[in-house]
Amino acid sequence: MSIIPAPIVRFYHKTASPPYFYNLSNKLMPWLSCIFLMLLGYGLYSGLYLAPTDYQQGDSYRIIYLHVPAAWMSLFIYVLMAVAGAISLIWRMKIADVVLISSAPIGASFTFIALVTGSLWGKPMWGAWWVWDARLTSELILLFLYLGVISLYGAIEDKRTASKAVAILALVGVVNIPIIHYSVQWWNTLHQGPTVSKMGKPSIHIDMLIPLLVMAVAFKFYYAIAMLQAAKVEILRREQNTQWVKKLLEQKQ
Amino acid sequence: MSAFFAVIRRDLILAFRRRAEIANPLFFFILVVTLFPLGVGANPKLLQTMAPGIIWVSALLAVMLSLDSLFRSDFDDGSLEQMLLSPHPLTVLVMGKIIAHWLVTGLPLLVVAPLLAIFLGLPEQALGTLLITLVLATPVLSLIGAIGVSLTVGLRRGGMIISLLVLPLYVPVLIFASNAVEMAGNGLAVDAQLNILTAIFFMSAVLAPLPAAAALRMSVN
Repeated sequence: MSIIPAPIVRFYHKTASPPYFYNLSNKLMPWLSCIFLMLLGYGLYSGLYLAPTDYQQGDSYRIIYLHVPAAWMSLFIYVLMAVAGAISLIWRMKIADVVLISSAPIGASFTFIALVTGSLWGKPMWGAWWVWDARLTSELILLFLYLGVISLYGAIEDKRTASKAVAILALVGVVNIPIIHYSVQWWNTLHQGPTVSKMGKPSIHIDMLIPLLVMAVAFKFYYAIAMLQAAKVEILRREQNTQWVKKLLEQKQ
Repeated sequence: MSAFFAVIRRDLILAFRRRAEIANPLFFFILVVTLFPLGVGANPKLLQTMAPGIIWVSALLAVMLSLDSLFRSDFDDGSLEQMLLSPHPLTVLVMGKIIAHWLVTGLPLLVVAPLLAIFLGLPEQALGTLLITLVLATPVLSLIGAIGVSLTVGLRRGGMIISLLVLPLYVPVLIFASNAVEMAGNGLAVDAQLNILTAIFFMSAVLAPLPAAAALRMSVN
């Protein structure tokens, strides 16, 4: 523990308290929203308007400014959920449970967006809505993993038990994601030639890359906003019988 | 160690007293394989190319269907609680239960699968590979499935959820096993697939009992 500086440890312990977390996310919200809107505005403008047209794909490539950040987020959120699960199992931190379960629907929606935008792009490019390509397939399986977490949490009535169950499930899932990903890739490369992967990684021009990265950061901020909002509701629901929530309600009235 | 064998022995005795539980997954397996020719048509060439996939998907479903019996009766009659309270490490007991489950549901599949493979017209040179993949991969199905069951054993309607939890995790096994059989049918080398399946087998044998035991503790509380 001594490697980590004392203020960070103090901050870590403080965030573990629900009222502190609630107030902190309230304070952060305007800043996060401001930065998100700015990044989103710039990213969309430069991505959809300023960035040059692709010489092969025309303007339809521009969907990557939604598709790629969403796909990145889908993996990022699952890993984050597993980290939160580990924290909640090891240190019994209530907030980590809340973060885990508030992230799951957001991650699932990002995965869904990545799949939908991918198939919208695939129709003009590949001539098919869906191709059993390695990336598409492993993204689809990731969606099932998310749905498993959500439905397991919904099925267990005692929410404290449910949080533990989804924490275990998220950890098991994160060990399996690389295995699933590589096995799917291997399966696909054996079955069909490089019709898809030829287009898979074109080197990208810097004018196209910058808006993409800006959009990726904007999506991170959006996730933080959405997750904190969901977490706030979840905290209020779990702590509804405590003193500070009752006080909060009295202040509101 | 003695507790480990005691668990296996007890589960085997219980299974032999209720033979329907052994037979049901087996009949299910045969039935699903029979449905495929009825569904896609009796074209021998088509069936031959689909045979590895058909057999493996059916085996996956059959094992998944049988998973519920792994902890259900113990949970209902309270012996699971006794196991949690016993001084022996829970992971060892869970491992014993998984092995017993495999002996009851996985092993019969090994006997029937080659027969069904011949019905589907799988080339004879692939039969050996089919057996090896079944030996390596059906224990993995029981091991990974144990995690799913122990998460849902406390639920009244865990049946639908367990398929959502477990089937995505079965994907690598399905890919490598059915691919090995297919390659063997074409007379190609299958060392790579078998090595990976062996690796998956050892990895899940070491790792899977840990989350399963943790999830059981959580489910019983």
